[in-house]
Amino acid sequence: MKDVAIVSFAQRQEAQISNESEVEMMIPLMEQAKEAVGLSQRDMGFTCSGSSDFLAGQAFSFVMTIDGTGPVPPISESHVEQDGAWALYEAWVKLQCEDIDTAFVYSYGKSSPGSLRDVLATQMDPYYVAPLWPDAYAIEGLAARMLLDSGKVSEQQLAEIASRSRLNAATNPHAVRNEKKSVEEILAEPYLADPLRPSDIGAIADGGAAMVLATGDRARSLCERPVWIRGIDHRSDAHTLGVRDLTSAMSATIAAEKSGVGADRIDLAELAAPFTTSEAVLTEALGLGDGVSVNPSGGALAANTMMAAGLIRFGEIFERIARGDGDRGVAHATSGRCLQQNLVAVLEGE
Amino acid sequence: MPEEVLQAPLVLEYPFTGTTGPVVGRFLTGLREGVVLGVRRSDGTVMCPPLEYDPADASPLEEMVELPQSGEVVSWSWGGPRREQQPFDQPVAWALIQLDGADTPMLHAVLVDGPEQMSTGMRVQIKWRDEREGHITDICGFVPESDETGPKTASKTSTTVDLDSVEAVQSVRTPIRLNYSYTPGRALSEYLYAMKDKRIIGDRCGDTGQVFVPPRGVSPVAGKATIETVDLPDVGYVESFNITRVPIATRPDLEPPYCSAWIVLDGASVGFMGLVINCEPESVRLGMRVRAVWKPDEELEVSATNILGWEPTGEADEVIADIERIGRVGPQQKRGSAS
Repeated sequence: MKDVAIVSFAQRQEAQISNESEVEMMIPLMEQAKEAVGLSQRDMGFTCSGSSDFLAGQAFSFVMTIDGTGPVPPISESHVEQDGAWALYEAWVKLQCEDIDTAFVYSYGKSSPGSLRDVLATQMDPYYVAPLWPDAYAIEGLAARMLLDSGKVSEQQLAEIASRSRLNAATNPHAVRNEKKSVEEILAEPYLADPLRPSDIGAIADGGAAMVLATGDRARSLCERPVWIRGIDHRSDAHTLGVRDLTSAMSATIAAEKSGVGADRIDLAELAAPFTTSEAVLTEALGLGDGVSVNPSGGALAANTMMAAGLIRFGEIFERIARGDGDRGVAHATSGRCLQQNLVAVLEGE
Repeated sequence: MPEEVLQAPLVLEYPFTGTTGPVVGRFLTGLREGVVLGVRRSDGTVMCPPLEYDPADASPLEEMVELPQSGEVVSWSWGGPRREQQPFDQPVAWALIQLDGADTPMLHAVLVDGPEQMSTGMRVQIKWRDEREGHITDICGFVPESDETGPKTASKTSTTVDLDSVEAVQSVRTPIRLNYSYTPGRALSEYLYAMKDKRIIGDRCGDTGQVFVPPRGVSPVAGKATIETVDLPDVGYVESFNITRVPIATRPDLEPPYCSAWIVLDGASVGFMGLVINCEPESVRLGMRVRAVWKPDEELEVSATNILGWEPTGEADEVIADIERIGRVGPQQKRGSAS
């Protein structure tokens, strides 16, 4: 196995980016991530991106964004209809399998052109569920109720998660929800999707992220402190909500075991938890103890950029470890409803 | 740029048609006949709604069992105001409902007036739609078991129906409709605004000098933002073309035969699509010089449809000396590499 590290990262998240096409939005980020390590597209052994046509409302929307990489003459490239964390995973596999030592990863999502609550209904079972058009918040509400009824977590604890996210987000320039709110103030919010309050639900954002990966000595030559991907794994649970235990995330638990989360001390974790309930489930599923700083950026609650929220978790851990705020961290990404699919990685500073 | 970036409504709509297979098809056939079926899993428990394969061990499932039409709310949520696409005429509670005799819950709506009427563990029963077609929406929703108000709320157990003697449901149609507000972005907005003044603009790559039309704000050669917009003349030559002799249902305005061409404007490094008009399609040839035919001034809009087509100029043909260049980027400039 080759050692693969993150060597640079760039992100942008805003409540709404309405004046730019996807490629116009991504070009500055792509340039920034490459310039940070003095590389151009011609230096990249492989490029992989993540996005969703259902956010853009356009088939094969990603092919226009590829122009931002400079694919003339053609480059070695792939795309996943997934969060960019899965694009990172594909790049990691490619780095392991081929005689290359660099890879470029980017992903993006603009949810603002459509209604995300409704767009997400199209990922549900097309025979039994999608025709009913259940909105995404109501679906998470079902899992939230089960979690509350089970006694595993209380509304007070959910409000504490929301309050901490807002506090942490106050120092994150990319957070779109960063006004501080006390637990009492959050508990006083009326339900938006009973039993979920507005602060329980990730703030929808437009944006994207770009990242450069490199192997071994190449990584060491490109930046001061490369952040190594020590373990990475992703697992998927069943699609049908009724056959899963929605108060746990078995796929996250297995991915955490396989990526080695429990093997050593963890300083910090960034979880792509789109709801406070997701964070409560994931903290337990990943076995993160009291000493772990969870979502120091505010997490996906502070800015939930579809298709990039997971890759941005990698970037947030990278930036903190690179500047010495911890040595070993966990990055997490999710896909599907109610934490169906989970990707977990252990990242460690040089 | 002076004008605002354009926005336009965009509707994505498609009629999803799915074949059901024997298990889902039988469940939906049951719904049409007023019967609810589950499927027995490998471990003997019953799953409803039924799947063809067991999520636990992937074994094929086929033994269907009829279930009572009432059960218990395992979990519920209240989503607030009705969403446009939802097949209900009121806001609903969403619930995972475990029918009596089933071991897994199904997702559906509970038709109540507000969240205060919902609780975990409450008993509910099916409310059937009058006109049923073999679709999940044959169930209007569930209502509290004690609710006797509606005429169609009573359970209608139809054990007399022989599902083998009725026509089986083999497919479902689920129309998908999503509304967006689409923006073409800065560069294309500028291009479309210029069209109103009968101007065609491209944008220039800072590394190679190449000019792209329509402009997209990015040079695909350098992988960088373009540095400036460039006014292009509305004349150029045909780099490639084809003649369509069959009508297309979605374009009744195009009468065959007509000629679609790839047109390279003077000063542009790439071609773009247009119709060659005001000549016999058979007379169109590679290198033929053409100019834009614009709509009358009073009909001009912020739209690429302002160009009705391209007509021959009568000038001498462009000499395409290097045939291999056709379709590639840029005649005059070197192929660039990102520096």
